[in-house]
Amino acid sequence: MDLSSPYLGFNLKNPFVAGASPLADNLDSVRRLEDAGAAAIVMRSLFVEQIIHQQTGYSAYVESVEESYAEATTYFPEVEDFALGPDQYLAHIQKVKQAVDVPVIASINGSETGDWFQYARMMEEAGADALELNLYFLGADPEISGSAMEDRLIKVVAGIRDRTRIPVAVKLSPYYSSLAHFARSLDALRVNGLVLFNRFYQPDIDIENLEVTPTLKLSSSEELLLRLRWIAILYGKVDADLALSGGVHGAMDAVKGTMAGASCIQVVSALLREGPDTLKRYITELQHWLEEFEYESLEEMRGNMSHMRSGDAEAIERTNYMKIIQSWKTS
Amino acid sequence: MIKAADTPVKATVDGNEAVAKVAYQFSEVVAIYPITPSSPMAELADEWASKGQENLWGSVPTVYEMQSEGGAAGALHGALSAGALSTTFTASQGLLLMIPNMYKIAGELTPFVMHVSARALATHALSIFGDHSDVMACRQTGFAMLASGSVQEAHDMAGIAHGATLPTRIPFLHFFDGFRTSHEVNTIEVLDQAVLDKLVDPEALTAFRKSGMTPDAPNVRGTAQNPDTFFQAREAANHFYDRCGDKVQEAMDILGEATGRQYHLFDYVGDPEAEEVVVVMGSGAETVVETAKYLNTQGRKVGVIIVRLYRPFYTERFIEALPKTVKRIAVLDRTKEAGSLGEPLYLDVVGAIDSACSQNPDTFAVRPQIIGGRYGLGSKEFNPGMAKAVFDELQADTPKPRFTVGILDDVSGLSLAYEHELDIEADDVFRALFFGLGSDGTVGANKNTIKIIGTETEYQAQAYFVYDSKKSGGMTISHLRFGPDTVHAPYLVQNAKFVGCHQFSFLDKFPVLDAAAKGAVLLLNSPYEGEDTWNHLSEETLGVIREKELKCYIIDAYKVARAAGMGGRINTIMQTCFFAISGILDKDEAIAKIKDTIQKTYGKKGEAIVQKNFAAVDQALSGLHELPLPGAAVKGVELIPLIPEHAPEFVREVIAPMLEQRGDGLPVSAMPLDGRWPSDTAKWEKRNIAQEIPIWDPSCCTQCMKCVTVCPHATIRGKFFDPEELEKAPEDFQSVDFKDRNLKGKKFTIQVAPEDCTGCSLCVQVCPAKNRKEPKFKAINMKPHKDFKDVEAENWDFFLNLPNPDKKDLDMKIKSVQFRQPYFEFNGACQGCGETPYVKLLTQLFGDRLLIANATGCSSIYGGNLPTTPYTCDSNGRGPAWSNSLFEDNAEFGLGIRLGVEKRKEIAESIITRHADALDKELIEEIIAAPQVTDEDIELQRERVERLKSLVTQIPDARDAERLGSLIDHLVEKSVWIMGGDGWAYDIGFGGLDHVLASGKNINVLVLDTEVYSNTGGQQSKSTPIGAVAKFAAGGKAIGKKDLGLIASEYGHVYVAKVSMGYRDSQVVQAMVEAASYPGPSLVIAYSHCIAHGYSLTHGIDQQKLAVNSGYWPIYRFDPRNVEEGKPAFHLDSPKPRASVSEYMANEGRFKMLHLSNPERAKQLAKMAQRMVDERYVHYKALSTPPTNGETPAS
Repeated sequence: MDLSSPYLGFNLKNPFVAGASPLADNLDSVRRLEDAGAAAIVMRSLFVEQIIHQQTGYSAYVESVEESYAEATTYFPEVEDFALGPDQYLAHIQKVKQAVDVPVIASINGSETGDWFQYARMMEEAGADALELNLYFLGADPEISGSAMEDRLIKVVAGIRDRTRIPVAVKLSPYYSSLAHFARSLDALRVNGLVLFNRFYQPDIDIENLEVTPTLKLSSSEELLLRLRWIAILYGKVDADLALSGGVHGAMDAVKGTMAGASCIQVVSALLREGPDTLKRYITELQHWLEEFEYESLEEMRGNMSHMRSGDAEAIERTNYMKIIQSWKTS
Repeated sequence: MIKAADTPVKATVDGNEAVAKVAYQFSEVVAIYPITPSSPMAELADEWASKGQENLWGSVPTVYEMQSEGGAAGALHGALSAGALSTTFTASQGLLLMIPNMYKIAGELTPFVMHVSARALATHALSIFGDHSDVMACRQTGFAMLASGSVQEAHDMAGIAHGATLPTRIPFLHFFDGFRTSHEVNTIEVLDQAVLDKLVDPEALTAFRKSGMTPDAPNVRGTAQNPDTFFQAREAANHFYDRCGDKVQEAMDILGEATGRQYHLFDYVGDPEAEEVVVVMGSGAETVVETAKYLNTQGRKVGVIIVRLYRPFYTERFIEALPKTVKRIAVLDRTKEAGSLGEPLYLDVVGAIDSACSQNPDTFAVRPQIIGGRYGLGSKEFNPGMAKAVFDELQADTPKPRFTVGILDDVSGLSLAYEHELDIEADDVFRALFFGLGSDGTVGANKNTIKIIGTETEYQAQAYFVYDSKKSGGMTISHLRFGPDTVHAPYLVQNAKFVGCHQFSFLDKFPVLDAAAKGAVLLLNSPYEGEDTWNHLSEETLGVIREKELKCYIIDAYKVARAAGMGGRINTIMQTCFFAISGILDKDEAIAKIKDTIQKTYGKKGEAIVQKNFAAVDQALSGLHELPLPGAAVKGVELIPLIPEHAPEFVREVIAPMLEQRGDGLPVSAMPLDGRWPSDTAKWEKRNIAQEIPIWDPSCCTQCMKCVTVCPHATIRGKFFDPEELEKAPEDFQSVDFKDRNLKGKKFTIQVAPEDCTGCSLCVQVCPAKNRKEPKFKAINMKPHKDFKDVEAENWDFFLNLPNPDKKDLDMKIKSVQFRQPYFEFNGACQGCGETPYVKLLTQLFGDRLLIANATGCSSIYGGNLPTTPYTCDSNGRGPAWSNSLFEDNAEFGLGIRLGVEKRKEIAESIITRHADALDKELIEEIIAAPQVTDEDIELQRERVERLKSLVTQIPDARDAERLGSLIDHLVEKSVWIMGGDGWAYDIGFGGLDHVLASGKNINVLVLDTEVYSNTGGQQSKSTPIGAVAKFAAGGKAIGKKDLGLIASEYGHVYVAKVSMGYRDSQVVQAMVEAASYPGPSLVIAYSHCIAHGYSLTHGIDQQKLAVNSGYWPIYRFDPRNVEEGKPAFHLDSPKPRASVSEYMANEGRFKMLHLSNPERAKQLAKMAQRMVDERYVHYKALSTPPTNGETPAS
């Protein structure tokens, strides 16, 4: 049974990839992921804002109180190897690379142009086999139009793409006015993959204390459908490989994703909830299903349920929509 | 022959670094204890050791922080006895604590060098600044004493001392002037390793190593000798001292040959046939030398003897150095020995001349007349004008035999008059002054500037920095010089060619332009556009600008900084403008070098910071504009006097000039005789340092008073009062109905002191009340200071005159306590200080009967650093009596106060008992038997004592009546508190604290625990927690903090409480009240967030909550009285930990730094920290569990 999948130039031994998560922080769990069958490992995202925040915080809280009083011109020892940049992340890439044989995909999260683009090259030099760029943003500024926002993000992707030779995948959110057009714009920048979709951690409201509280909920199967739909739409419209991320909670989800056109099935929440060995079960179940339905490889089914192979996308979408609406009315 | 490299390596460093560079190379064990101004030497040694830097012999020195200088000296004695080359760095009181071991080390003929940044000793007051009173207290120890007068000399003499100690077997005390040399940055030629190697006598080194204690070749040291032999043994080593000078000279010759800098035990500079000579040592020598050279050019036959080797004092060498033509000698001492015949150097010179002339009457043409004077105490300025005054005095018909110089002594008449502005510096020396705020980065930028100029150009650079007396928010003045030759000018810049005023308000507030030369450049950070700037300055300032024809440039540096994302850091902007205007370097070259420095400084700390600084540099020049001089038509604004006319005379006459930076001009007669300073003076110092201040929104206020509770500076207060009081209220004064059920009909208000607030915003952070329509607003919100200052200042004045509530109407709940008058206000602590709310609360509880013994440290600085004092009085004239003795003795000092207070009460009681019949027997019995615990008790006792006062004249024994008059108020119980930080309580003062707690006396101790030596700059203490990065724990502290509370509670009779204001303020009140009421020793340990924790103290309260919730800082009260009631003494007030210690640690830079530098170790230590917390909780829980089955309660 051939489970291999082409993704970012790698011939993955199966479509399951451990998506960006804290699981990659620990070398033991990284090894367990590989042992469980993960075809590649995406590292936890390096948040550009966080680095900048740390750096400016250091300046604000440590340096601003220096040189004010004769007895204490400083308050901390000068540590030479003290690094507020991405050094630790880079060092961790090296360790993860040494720990496993599967491709290691570094991940970086940023949506503003800036000097952090150089991190891409640094990650490459640290040994990352590929890079996943997470374009996480919230279009909350009423002064910035959708197209202006997209232009900015395209510049970010271009900036990263220009600075590294390793494959680059871009992780997207579903909130674009014309996602297909935007995806194609990215395609034109020679990105190697599109990861659909990242998840917004939505804040809750504390009604007693009048506070906004951050929440983190693991994904559920319901989230899969949106991903399937957009992979199905984009398959064949872009050269980039497509990765499904979010809502995968079983081998059948992988089958659906592959049929929609995905080359890579990223799993995170299930691994966090049930542990790395979950992947073993998924792979076995996938094999059994393929055997049962007499598929010899994933390639046979890849994209067979995409819109490209099912006619006019918009018309299908519209038809599906009407069907659903009507079904609600009649139920 | 050793030759230095063709081009000697230059370094632009301060004196401390120059010395440490050498000391480190020669040492194997470095035992230290932090003390200003020597701490940076030890910190550098620790930093180098932590990086694995090797010494001359290829090993990495062991740097070890001890619990006190006494401890360090003991450890050094041991290390030396074991045969390890050792050193230490210290000053002032620290040096005094080493004296016992210095005798031992010298008596045992032990090669050793200690480096001392000489500092004043605490006498009538503490001074962190430089003079020789500390080293002069060591001249009898048997140590050789070698003096340096400049950064280069300090570097060289350090090498000479280390070189000479081995062959002489005499330990050396190498000293240089604290701050003036230790903190002066200058360009030096660095001694290369070949020179240092040559300074080491290999045979002497081997002999030293062989002399180390070892069971392989045992002997006995430290014996006790008896009258038969002790004396002879003391005389046995005389010849070591006889030959020491030769060995020192040999080392000087080696260095001289290699570097061209030839030193002698005594160096003479000046006219070879001088008739008037000044003898001096330390940095003052440089000034006198330069002045003598200047006078020589004017034909004056004067000269200077620079004393290098002060002990042993070689008379013959001294006489050889003096010109035979000398007729008069003035000896300058930077110390004072009250009541002596003269200061030490003077006496040495008198003795030497007498000895020489007695032996050979022809030593000099005429026997010289010798006068002696004091100068430069506590870093008092000593400049060429003062040096010339000394030479001039030698020319007087009748020179003053004893004199002072640098002050105006209108009491004893000892002081010499001097020319304030004598300028002897070469024209090619560029002199610049920069006035900035501590937080704006001015000093840091100037340090970079001189490093750029000193290391990357042919210029030599010098810099010296003067800081404010406040812990933060104060002014810094940078004195910079650049020139083609080494700068020998250890005094403040005069006739500056460039003045940078980085804060607009300074120009009218301080004498910024006093030292500006005619035609100098003024670079002003102005928030105003172009020539509108002139409309916002006073006529006085404009007049000076016109008169001096200053070339003026302005830039709105804060605007540029904001645009570049730099916040309030205007350093690189002003630095760029300086280079652009000064022309010291080509503009583009300068900018490139600034950027290079930025990259070097911040490269590892983050590209974001680098880029922001780059942006600031790039944008700076576009905002820089030259202004024509203000025209005659421009009329300046009226200057508001710094101190109002209705202030007390002392405030107007003494404190005001100090606040205006004109304290140097105050005469001796203005000074209190014994150092006592009036209380209640901080209120006159309106600092106006906040950019934003809290403004009350009564509409959503819950009247919880949390904002008042946490305010570190007592600048936000609440009152309730009768509505009638509002009749004369200012228009904008806000008030609402008071919500207290028992005080219906009263009005309530919260008021900020706008000119005293530091803008820390802790009050806003802690406010629990949110505006329901816009929850981003609370019942108190930060608003621009400039928009609210005037209105709120008027409101504040009105508020102060509202009556304070009667304490009898207030219970001891935290909210009620906050209506009590704070007797501690407007202190000079850092913004958001975590200590001061406890101090304020203490004064609110017991202020009118409080005596405080305060250990040296942050609390003694914000509590007693002049010009102003934050402890206040009430309308009865009562308030805390406060004193700082020393760092190490505070517990004992406080116990002594308690003993004294008790004794006075005892005597008073005995007198009134003796004369009870003549007085009022019933009243006397009441007075003696009255309980004096609560406020009500105290008030009743005061009333009784007042009645008694009216009867005193009835005492038949006049002597008893008189004695009682001075003792009678002691019949009212006093609350004695010993207060200090963790450096005192956990380390240097622990022994004394332990003894005091063991005494059983009714004494109270408040430990303000910041878990680090905050005042001296963040060195680890035994309170520093595991995993925290601190100085001397750069790799993160590997062991947990001492459980001081538990140790104290083990006695069983000590009341102990651990408290956190941010977690539960009510528990703090409860603990303080219980501690005060407990009739034995009490210890309250208070969690105090601190800037040395590395995060925004705006979140200090949140972090305190997390500290308790994570179990990191469990709060409890251990009350021995509980046992009598069958309850456990230990009461745990903390909940079961409900957060991880890692969550707490993640918020603070001190822990995060380790995560960034060594994540694996950080994780390991965090894990250990969690384990410790878990174990401690189990232990505490067990202690607090009530006994069962008739067991004895835990105690």
